[in-house]
Amino acid sequence: MKIVVCIKQVPDTKGGVKFKDDGTLDRGAMLAIMNPDDKAGLEAALRIKDEYGAEVTVITMGMPKAEDVLREALAMGADKGILVTDRVLGGADTWATSQTLAGAIRNLDYDLIITGRQAIDGDTAQVGPQISEHLNIPVISYAQNIKIDGDSVIVERQYDDRYHVLKAKMPCLVTALAELNEPRYMTPGGIFDALQAEITVWGRANLVDVDDSNLGLKGSPTQIAKASDKVRKGAGEKVNLDPTESVDYIVGKLKEKHVI
Amino acid sequence: MDFTLKKEHEMARALFREFAEKEVKPLAQEVDETEEFPRATVEKMAKAGFLGIPIPKEYGGQGCDVLTYVMCVEELSKVCGTTGVIVSAHTSLCCDPILTYGTEEQKQKYLPDLASGKKLGAFGLTEPGAGTDAQGQQTKAVLDGDEWVLNGSKIFITNGKEADVYVIFAVTGTVEKRGKLLKEISAFIVEKGTPGFTFGTKEKKMGIRGSSTYELIFTDCRIPKENLLGQQGKGFNIAMHTLDGGRIGIAAQALGIGEGALERTVEYVKERKQFGRAIGAFQNTQFQLADMATKAQAAQFLVYKAALTKDQYTQDHKTAYGVEAAMAKLYAAEMAMEVTTKAVQLHGGYGYTREYDVERMMRDAKITEIYEGTSEVQRMVISAALLK
Repeated sequence: MKIVVCIKQVPDTKGGVKFKDDGTLDRGAMLAIMNPDDKAGLEAALRIKDEYGAEVTVITMGMPKAEDVLREALAMGADKGILVTDRVLGGADTWATSQTLAGAIRNLDYDLIITGRQAIDGDTAQVGPQISEHLNIPVISYAQNIKIDGDSVIVERQYDDRYHVLKAKMPCLVTALAELNEPRYMTPGGIFDALQAEITVWGRANLVDVDDSNLGLKGSPTQIAKASDKVRKGAGEKVNLDPTESVDYIVGKLKEKHVI
Repeated sequence: MDFTLKKEHEMARALFREFAEKEVKPLAQEVDETEEFPRATVEKMAKAGFLGIPIPKEYGGQGCDVLTYVMCVEELSKVCGTTGVIVSAHTSLCCDPILTYGTEEQKQKYLPDLASGKKLGAFGLTEPGAGTDAQGQQTKAVLDGDEWVLNGSKIFITNGKEADVYVIFAVTGTVEKRGKLLKEISAFIVEKGTPGFTFGTKEKKMGIRGSSTYELIFTDCRIPKENLLGQQGKGFNIAMHTLDGGRIGIAAQALGIGEGALERTVEYVKERKQFGRAIGAFQNTQFQLADMATKAQAAQFLVYKAALTKDQYTQDHKTAYGVEAAMAKLYAAEMAMEVTTKAVQLHGGYGYTREYDVERMMRDAKITEIYEGTSEVQRMVISAALLK
């Protein structure tokens, strides 16, 4: 069985957030960690490997330093790491990112693709499902449990107040929640091996069936109007009114701000 | 000379630190209060490979160097001295002599389970009459057919009741040296559950209170002849060589305790206000912190140097590391005692309460000046090398 896990290097929220002039994140200037949902996805893949035997390939798109997150995954027990990096891929939104990753994954044999539900920097939850669309395979999102049953996966898909049990024939894609499991630690020996391991590096030329117009900042439909690192809160407003007047006042304010 | 850590050591340190902060620190106070061995933490460490760091991969270990192992003990000890010594005694005092002196069969039999943490190791040398004077051994081993029969007792044994595999020393005869009749000491591997091997009293200790320190009792305890470790009569050398390595582990524990106390104190003096200012704004505090940090850094260099020297020994089986280990342990232990004492002083009355970590750290630090060779023994080792 072959599993591909998409992982992302995201800013460590402990280290502060920095932006470039175009409003995109200045990833080079920030401390980075493996995105928590992706780490749970990787752990799910490693547990499948432990139980059924599997080859786990981790893939990430990012700057050259994103290699660190691949080596961390190898030190946890992944078998191969692929870094997709190229200047023309920079500034990608979810559309361009999913196009890039799908283009890279088309080079690989796989039974199962696991992505995190969403990254803590963008919080869109779009890349996983988009990859499945590009590759034309089924997707089950928000997995809180993943089991293998012959040539199918059985996934508990989480909702607010319940979960659905879904079965899909492989190949398919599953997006994982951080709550899925408690990811294992790297092992010391795994670290030593991971730093010796060869990471496959792919660029634009290695992407299969992807048009240039779907890549990088230029291929990204999302336009960032403004970005800031802190939402400044006003001092608020205090009014003394009776209950009926209060309701009218609040409703009026909400209408004024187009909340309702 | 290069003081920059390699990438693998940086990553390993980050791993140990994360583990210590998440898994060990939240339990440290409880382990101290209840004096209960942190079994669940040991199982987590086993899963993460922390119990076989310098053991070669062919015996199921992590195949890392001594420096990585030292960093593990250091980071664990920053938050919990008990957890640090559990790893140190297991690795340096049980796995290491089996790896160094064991036959291929013994290595194959014992190391994979020890390195994976399925089994825990301990070391029994000390007796009521044989502390610093290891020649004062009373425990005897007599060969009877295909078995050695052990009689006697060992005290102050770290991981005492919790271990599964024990490296035990016993007198196997006498030998004449320069006209004097000396005890011939040999080393053995004894497994828990062997008939005649029982546990005596548990020590009630000042510090490292969760580390399960027990008396081991051997009453007509029969072990297979093949459990002799190394050559018969070479036990004293095996013990001394093992302790040279063990001292690096304890030096790392002491280093961690001192560094941990310094970290807590730096946090505290920024928050604690007196006379309208954080106490960190007073020059006395600043000077104390500067001294503490400088000594901790000096200790780290000595400990890492000893680890790198032992790594060299692993490569060439020649390089001596006993003096480096003695210097590292002597300095790191005295640093730990001094730094933790100053940490308590800077915390004032709060530092004397069990609510603050530094109180426990000061109690934990003291043992590092005593076990695996007192500071006085380390001075003897160092000066003997100078006056040779």
